[in-house]
Amino acid sequence: MSKIKQIQNLLEAKEISCVELTKKYLSNIEEKNKEINAYVNITEEEALKTAKLVDEKIATGEKLMPLEGIPMSLKDNISTKNIKTSCCSKMLKDYVPIYDATVWEILKKQNSILLGKTNMDEFAMGASTESSYFGVTLNPHNTNYVAGGSSGGAAASVAGGLAAFGLATDTGGSIRQPASFCGLVGFKPSYGSVSRYGAIAYASSLDQIGPITDSVEDAAIVYDSISIYDSKDSTSVGSKNTSHDKLNSSIKGIKIGVVKEYFEGLRDDIRKLMEDSIKVYQGLGAEIVDITIPLLKANLPVYFITACAEASSNMGRYDGIRYGYKTDSYNSIDEMICKNRSESLGKEVQRRIMLGTYALSSDRYDAYYKKAQKLRACIRRDFKKIFEECSVILTPTAPTTAYALGQAVKDPIETYSMDICTVPANIAGLPAISVPCGLAENKLPVGMQLIGNRFEDYKVLNIAYQYEKETKDQNRSLWQEVEV
Amino acid sequence: MSYELVVGLETHVELSTNTKIFCQCTTEFGGEPNSHCCPICLGMPGTLPKLNKKVVEYAVKAGLATNCKIRNLSKMDRKNYVYPDLPKAYQVTQFDKPICEDGYITLSSGKSIRINRIHIEEDAGKLIHERGDTYIDYNRGGVPLVEIVTDPDIRTVDEAVEYIEQLRLIMKYIGVSDVKMQEGSLRCDVNISVRKKGEEKFGTRTEIKNMNSVNFIAKAIAYEFERQVDILESGGEIHQETRRYDSDLNITESMRSKEDAEDYRYFREPDLVNIYVSEEEIKKYKAELPQLPHEKLNIFINEYGLPKDDAELLIKYKKVAEYYEEASKNLKNKKLASNYILGQIYRKFPTDSEKEEFNISIPPKYLNDLIQLVESRKINSSMASNALEKMLDSGKAVTEFISEKDMEGIDENTLRELCIKAVNENQKAVESYLGGKEKAFKSIIGYIMRETKGKADPIKATEIIKEIIGKI
Repeated sequence: MSKIKQIQNLLEAKEISCVELTKKYLSNIEEKNKEINAYVNITEEEALKTAKLVDEKIATGEKLMPLEGIPMSLKDNISTKNIKTSCCSKMLKDYVPIYDATVWEILKKQNSILLGKTNMDEFAMGASTESSYFGVTLNPHNTNYVAGGSSGGAAASVAGGLAAFGLATDTGGSIRQPASFCGLVGFKPSYGSVSRYGAIAYASSLDQIGPITDSVEDAAIVYDSISIYDSKDSTSVGSKNTSHDKLNSSIKGIKIGVVKEYFEGLRDDIRKLMEDSIKVYQGLGAEIVDITIPLLKANLPVYFITACAEASSNMGRYDGIRYGYKTDSYNSIDEMICKNRSESLGKEVQRRIMLGTYALSSDRYDAYYKKAQKLRACIRRDFKKIFEECSVILTPTAPTTAYALGQAVKDPIETYSMDICTVPANIAGLPAISVPCGLAENKLPVGMQLIGNRFEDYKVLNIAYQYEKETKDQNRSLWQEVEV
Repeated sequence: MSYELVVGLETHVELSTNTKIFCQCTTEFGGEPNSHCCPICLGMPGTLPKLNKKVVEYAVKAGLATNCKIRNLSKMDRKNYVYPDLPKAYQVTQFDKPICEDGYITLSSGKSIRINRIHIEEDAGKLIHERGDTYIDYNRGGVPLVEIVTDPDIRTVDEAVEYIEQLRLIMKYIGVSDVKMQEGSLRCDVNISVRKKGEEKFGTRTEIKNMNSVNFIAKAIAYEFERQVDILESGGEIHQETRRYDSDLNITESMRSKEDAEDYRYFREPDLVNIYVSEEEIKKYKAELPQLPHEKLNIFINEYGLPKDDAELLIKYKKVAEYYEEASKNLKNKKLASNYILGQIYRKFPTDSEKEEFNISIPPKYLNDLIQLVESRKINSSMASNALEKMLDSGKAVTEFISEKDMEGIDENTLRELCIKAVNENQKAVESYLGGKEKAFKSIIGYIMRETKGKADPIKATEIIKEIIGKI
């Protein structure tokens, strides 16, 4: 089941060397990436160098660390020293960081094999990877569709067999939605459990790094490694429980909350899959309870006001003076900054900067930003109450399957509204996972989301894992075995 | 019609923590441009701030030393504006929940200047304009500051000057800042308005930004007062605006009006958590506060019996005041130590900054030893002064220059013989003295001091000589 364990078994049994394995992945990338555009930067040299180190270690018979020798990808908004980190923006297309993000520092120490940096919506603002400066990422299941977003590249890299797992960021669903669209597991941990240091901020109070994997078990393995307290991130808490040991607890008698509003007006084929999932849980002895999220309707406005407000501030530093895109001609410093930004930041990014600037302006502050923060506190409080009764909440990850190319950018407001299932977890800082639960009528994957209480990440992973174990045969088509 | 000046001050004080507010870079002044920088204080994409705990401690101490209430729970906010010296395009500061509030500083007149708030923030970098180009030095970026904001309680230039001087001294004494104005570690924004005497409503104010010299602040306030009064007298009105002081021309000039004022779009800094300061911590910091300058001043005047002027001179430099306290220990006449410091010793430290540093070669104990000898009349003042000179030059103790034998002085019989000899050999002087010329006596004593190489006790010698002359 676990691709990561499978790979390590093969490596330790010397059935394949790490260099051979890495080359295999690199040749897959060579073959497929031109089409699906999962990677915007392939780090072949770095990958092979590390692979060699791993082989040397295996030769000594030493035991491998949990993610050692595993070929993986990083979303291109995670800072990598000496490796371009562009956020898929023209502004940062040639930006080479001088420091490593904490998560990459951890993986580097474990000798994980970085294959490359993955495509994304520009500065993670988007839901289809179509706002990337480097072009859209296609869904490996059907290339007429997008892989989702903003972490479309990360999801496609795993779904296309171009990485064993990917690390990405999730601000309003950017890990879970593409995982859902690509038939993968996407896990957004509790806010604070994984260090954000080095994740280039979109909206600081909502951003969270997490894994996109083939299986819940892999998500748990990666989560165990990266959920470490980091003194560089003031909001870091780490994780006291190692989730991986807890994946086998029974879920008999637990209560799973189901929100009626999420099922109303849902596409029939997706609703059917959700109802099947609920039945699986009932079969496992879980009790399904109907719940309401009192301020559900407020979630989208709270999310977009908060995210855009923070984004407008976070994006201010891209003036092209110290690094980044620089215009050819200008007459004054003001004009230079203005041209640097206007010529290199995309339409969606500019839109969110404008929205956020407006929401924070002194005349509008009370009506928008302040009100959103008050509502945010209420939303958190309501969730706390829900989790006094329920272990998790079950929802679809998205009300749709993957968008056809070009569909998402046609009507941005409509696309924003598709985030309704995923944003509450970001607003309240909760752990949430998307797990594949079958194919829709159009043969595209559908994801089920479980949301848990803050810092009960292991509980969410375990409940997801029980489902995965129960359904692995019927969902087999979504998983790929490692070929040797 | 006479007008009244109304001034409020916003003072930025750079805190002397070893490292910057959000990273491990040094706060040392100067250095090669951009050599005290890291990804965090340069605001490189993806970096996060981590609040230096020392900054909170220092800010709380600044608040306690100025009688403020301390907030147990405060937070940091972002102030958004675009300027190349601000690499994140926002300054992390405190907006609606400053760490300290409601304090005051009492002036020598007994009047209190209320302190509205003290908040923590980060400094920006510096633009350097050279040969038509502009360069940015981020060494100062991320150096911690406290901003100390008064209510508009100041009514005269002298009050403004005294407030700043006092504030400076307090910050220096409690050790939270070097307060070197020439290095910009204390800078003032001055808010000025005028109103007719007796009127309650404040006039429209102007703000003069970024002043780092007390002298210029005084001049700028005086100029701005005149300017505003002139406008009102000629029937005009004052516009709320930011002005700049030109020290060459001694004028203020408009920088930008209220209409051009930026909207800073303050909001909570999401990358930082709340700042908690417990009552225990506040108690601890309070206990750690040293004696404040005005407390020392009172002790010097009331307990040590120093004249007010001397006491004020001594407390002006923390190191000098502390040196004096040590050097005057157990002395019957504590003014003696003050005299040596303010006189002979101060001549070695002619400039302000030298007195500030006060790198004196001898420990206060040595000076105390010397004065004890003078007090017990073992040596006379001219011997003491000679010895002190040599001590200051060499850094050595008094025993290196004055032997036991020197201290024995001249026994009375020898002195009496000498005095007789002096009277005999200085008849002219004796006659002039007897003729009413007091000055002439000095030359007789001078003769004795010369003969004894300064060892004789001039007071004793005076007594004997007068006795001899009286018999004539």
